[in-house]
Amino acid sequence: MWDLINTSIYASFLLSIAIGVIGSLIVINKTTAITGSIAHGSFGGIGFALYLGSSVILTTSLFTALLAVILAFITIRFPHRQDSLIGVIWAVGMSIGIIFLSLTPGYQSDAISYLFGNILLVENRDLIFMGIIDLVILISIIFLYHRFLAMSYDREFLKLRGINADLLYTYFLILTSLTIVMSVRAIGIILILALFTIPALIAEKFTKKFFTMMILSGVLGFVFMAGGIIISFYYNISPTPTIVIMAAVTLLLSLFKKS
Amino acid sequence: MKAVEVKNLYFKYENEWVLEDINFELEDKKFMAIIGPNGGGKTTLLKLLLGFLTPTKGEIKIYNKPPKENREIIGYVPQHTNFSLDLPITVFDIVLQGRLKKGKFFYSQEDKEKAKETLKSLNIYELKDKKIKNLSGGQRQKVLIARALVSEPKILMMDEPTSAIDPRGQKEILDMIENFNITRIVVSHDIKILLRNVDKIAYIHKKAVIHEGPKLNIPKDKHFCEVELIEFLKDEACGI
Repeated sequence: MWDLINTSIYASFLLSIAIGVIGSLIVINKTTAITGSIAHGSFGGIGFALYLGSSVILTTSLFTALLAVILAFITIRFPHRQDSLIGVIWAVGMSIGIIFLSLTPGYQSDAISYLFGNILLVENRDLIFMGIIDLVILISIIFLYHRFLAMSYDREFLKLRGINADLLYTYFLILTSLTIVMSVRAIGIILILALFTIPALIAEKFTKKFFTMMILSGVLGFVFMAGGIIISFYYNISPTPTIVIMAAVTLLLSLFKKS
Repeated sequence: MKAVEVKNLYFKYENEWVLEDINFELEDKKFMAIIGPNGGGKTTLLKLLLGFLTPTKGEIKIYNKPPKENREIIGYVPQHTNFSLDLPITVFDIVLQGRLKKGKFFYSQEDKEKAKETLKSLNIYELKDKKIKNLSGGQRQKVLIARALVSEPKILMMDEPTSAIDPRGQKEILDMIENFNITRIVVSHDIKILLRNVDKIAYIHKKAVIHEGPKLNIPKDKHFCEVELIEFLKDEACGI
């Protein structure tokens, strides 16, 4: 049992790095709906992988990266229709997943576990994938911090400075998609949005600089996950909803902070 | 030296002509105001001058090159009301963005010094560590002007620089713009700009009527007054 808890605490640490950076970028770029669309759409990749019997991580990574590119194109090319089109991708991705699952023989309990997630079920190979994605995210943020910040504030100005803002935005959505893939087993498709956005929303209220917002968001993400794991262990309840409720209560309390 | 050359410019959006046969030139270090009614095409013209849009027909040159090839020398000040105020970003971080360029990932000491110098020159250095949310409209606009100036542009283009700013702030900003020693183009629906030392006025309502400055001395310019101008112009400036 302690092995399970240890692994899930390691997973919480690794997830909190990605969530701190990408979650903060999602909040300041107002891409929560896009993230929801990629997260739910990722079910298509999971269904496809289970049907083929291929690696869920690899197949879903490729599938969600493709969704990220499509969504980047839609939001850049059709900004006035993005809201509806994001919803379409959301539903189509899930539908693809359900179709492939219905074509796959036997009961697919694995697929259901991806919907709701369970951080206690994370395995060592998942930790390796999480570590690799964290490394990619950290290298990206070191080199692209100023560009991401400028993109979040004024994408048009970035273009004027000779920087390909559309390509940068597409890369950000691809990083988002990889963060989703590394989180689905632990957090689940349905609850992913809460853990990506709540720590960042709280951190935003208490910080003056984006850099400190990312750090505080990561720390909060870790505290919520580790706290949720411990509470769920002692009260024998599901960890992911416990994590989300803890985070939501903290967000509620933070709203009382004066601007 | 010609800073801006616009020749036979046409722009069509969704099968409708937004701009037709626009022609004007602007000399180096001169100040031009683009005015006109909402929906008349003045912001479209600014986006064409910035290279964000491509002309359907005709030609634009900024210091002898198409705008897209000469963006390094253009400083752009958008409307301060366009941006999210919740972003955790300080004034200094925003101003530094003007030093970003292709192939550059980190700010140098020189960039930071230049940003400080620009903030001082606009008398907003004491705001450098403040969050953008905690500034007045006029201060936010000055921050955007500083971000444009920090790249040391040869031409400054501004979109409604006095909108949503109190009268005192508007005066400060217009005084500031008037005194910059670079080429300036200001798009504005606020006719107070016409009472400033502008060298050229373009009245845009699909087509352009160009008035040569200095200052609006319109009673002498019958042609300009006879076009479709806003009431204020007719009453206050043209004396009609």
